[in-house]
Amino acid sequence: MIRLVSLLSLCFVLASSVLAFDTEVPFDDPVLEGRYRSLIREIRCPLCLNESIAESHAPVAADLRREVRRLIGEGTSDEEIKTFLASRYGESILYRPRLSPATWALWGGPFVFLGVGGIVFWRILKTRSAQPLDEDLPA
Amino acid sequence: MLRYVVPFAIFAVIGLFLWRGLKLDPTVPSPLVGKPAPTFSLPDVEDPAATVSSTDLAGRVALVNVWGTWCVECRHEHAFLVELARAGVPIFGLNVRDDRVAASKWLAQLGDPYVSSGFDPEGRAAIAWGATAAPETFLVGSDGTILHRHISPLTALVWQRDFVPLLREHCGPSDCPFLAAVGGR
Repeated sequence: MIRLVSLLSLCFVLASSVLAFDTEVPFDDPVLEGRYRSLIREIRCPLCLNESIAESHAPVAADLRREVRRLIGEGTSDEEIKTFLASRYGESILYRPRLSPATWALWGGPFVFLGVGGIVFWRILKTRSAQPLDEDLPA
Repeated sequence: MLRYVVPFAIFAVIGLFLWRGLKLDPTVPSPLVGKPAPTFSLPDVEDPAATVSSTDLAGRVALVNVWGTWCVECRHEHAFLVELARAGVPIFGLNVRDDRVAASKWLAQLGDPYVSSGFDPEGRAAIAWGATAAPETFLVGSDGTILHRHISPLTALVWQRDFVPLLREHCGPSDCPFLAAVGGR
């Protein structure tokens, strides 16, 4: 019983740290509120770099949430909001930085590594298949 | 032989990158350096009727300092800001997420190094400047271009190392009458 209670309370502790307390009045329009909810998960807190502004308790994250909400309310598009924030805090404020000469290595890197790995894998297969099968080994 | 050399070479390369990474500065450089300073218009922190705006900066080399009474490190740098102001450096303040009464008391007690300070309780101007916390100090050229951003307290050491060389480079003949007084000869 005690174990169950402590487990449940642990769940509450972990759950409460997922989202920062949002004091702003939500939009009446669920579409706008949905856009707000997804956009704040795409924006990195510039102070605590491993959290989105949806998760962060830093004062600057609260300010950024308020600003995003205000911009959405004014009819600014998601792309315009991202461009604005990237122009002030750098492209790294976006969890998914846009493709540009500075981010080519970031986006292309995994494919390069996949290619290199593929070539190594193919060469190993080729050398192995050239070897005779171990048919003589006792079963 | 190769089966020992290849893993070791991979290990060495990864190790080299990680070792380099230890010494890199994780601070993201401000994309605003080299760009025109963002515009803002805020009520004065001490006088709600007066306005502090980016036009006040026009045509002069100035510092823009982000501060708040909640910011402990701002207290550490304050004496040096007062010293710079005495030497004639124009400093404009962005008072972020603060309380007017507390801010006025702070300026009365510790001295007021600012030409004027804008009151920015929601941090909107701070976001426009790409500020993350306080203290942050921007150096703005007489043409309105941001020349440098410094995060963390401004000390005499940082001033001599980062700001003075930029002043020497960017000050026109009559832009920086304070230059001799602040170590720039």
